[in-house]
Amino acid sequence: MSERFQPVVVGRGVPDAAAPVSPKHVPHQGGAMNASVDALRTTFGDAIVRADVVWGETTVIVDPSRVLEVIRFLHDDPAQQYDYLSDVTAVEYRDLERPLEVVWHLRSLPMRRFLRLKALLPKGTPLAVPSVYEIYRGANWLERECFDMFGIEFTGHPDLRRLLMWEGYKEGHPLRKDFPLRGRFSRSEQLRQALAANPEARYSMEELSIADAFADLPADIRHRLAGGEATGE
Amino acid sequence: MGLSPRPESGLVAQQHGDEPWITTRLDLLVNWSRAKSLWPMPFGTACCAIEYMASAASKFDLARFGMERQSFSPRQADVLICAGRVPFKLAPVIRRIWQQMPQPKWSISMGACASTGGMFDNYAVVQGIDSIIPVDVYVPGCPPRPEGLIYGIMMLHEKIMRERSADTALRAEMEPDPRSQLYIPPPVIDEISEPFGNSVHQQRSGL
Repeated sequence: MSERFQPVVVGRGVPDAAAPVSPKHVPHQGGAMNASVDALRTTFGDAIVRADVVWGETTVIVDPSRVLEVIRFLHDDPAQQYDYLSDVTAVEYRDLERPLEVVWHLRSLPMRRFLRLKALLPKGTPLAVPSVYEIYRGANWLERECFDMFGIEFTGHPDLRRLLMWEGYKEGHPLRKDFPLRGRFSRSEQLRQALAANPEARYSMEELSIADAFADLPADIRHRLAGGEATGE
Repeated sequence: MGLSPRPESGLVAQQHGDEPWITTRLDLLVNWSRAKSLWPMPFGTACCAIEYMASAASKFDLARFGMERQSFSPRQADVLICAGRVPFKLAPVIRRIWQQMPQPKWSISMGACASTGGMFDNYAVVQGIDSIIPVDVYVPGCPPRPEGLIYGIMMLHEKIMRERSADTALRAEMEPDPRSQLYIPPPVIDEISEPFGNSVHQQRSGL
């Protein structure tokens, strides 16, 4: 087996630890904090704003400008080894004073740890956080979804387009609190815009990588693609 | 032939000497053959599709109604069964599938969401597929039980049996204004639909 494809052995970083059991009677607040928090505090100091334990899970609030460093440390440091990004999402509260939160769910399979990172983005400021695509390739679509639904810019993302709504969707970002449930446009206008969308447009030549295999395609498909059939924006 | 002479059916069976005769209206024969072998194009997007699958499976057995073959190619389908909610993003897709189906064609809107948007009165879901394609039968329910769907199919059978081939308005399709963005010229529809298994273009199947 090559070096690159090592099998994942859960808990290989803590071989002497007891087998995990389902926790019982977990308190709402307080409890044992994730051991990574101390490492983060010593390494990053002020960038770690706060750390809470809620229902046994640790939430660390991080300075938005230093999120990338923190996550890279958590991923690379041999004592942390957070090798799995399970979610990137955001939370908005109705309270106008309360900032928007971008949430990263990180899991360390070798260390059997779970850590939730949050970055607070006050409303009225540009909603931008660095993309973690360079660390976790799986962040690609997670960040696209988050951008689609909340309008958060992930700077450094290679291909930040809408994921769930179609391209050219003009009504905004549906999960924001100021977004009306039925959308901003009338039903007929929504339908008109939806029907005008080209369902094939999402599959660009680059995405399908046909460009590489162009010569291998059947003659009629080559003819159609060369004739500029609508495949891509 | 499996046809029973009923007074209201317009079918008369006679025996002249040794040769049996049947006299009937052409419409009746055509409609009977159409109604009794509807090939469904399932467009299952949500939980209604589970009930649809149950209807097609052995216990309820849509094959009894000539729907043995699920036609996953719109080119060889007679009835589009939209089972489930249709988000706006799928609106152009279902419209194109409908355009690719050859006449004669019918459609069944299965369940509350396909018929009206159901509980999803929000920014993402089409409020009834009849705003995109014409619908022949609406089956209520959330989701409808297989009996409900079969009842809807029987209603469609009745509707087909009452069609008159002289009535050309039945087959008339309303196309969007050619100047609008919604318009797709027929040759383009033909061309786009080619890779989806049109039997005329089988030369690519060896690839």
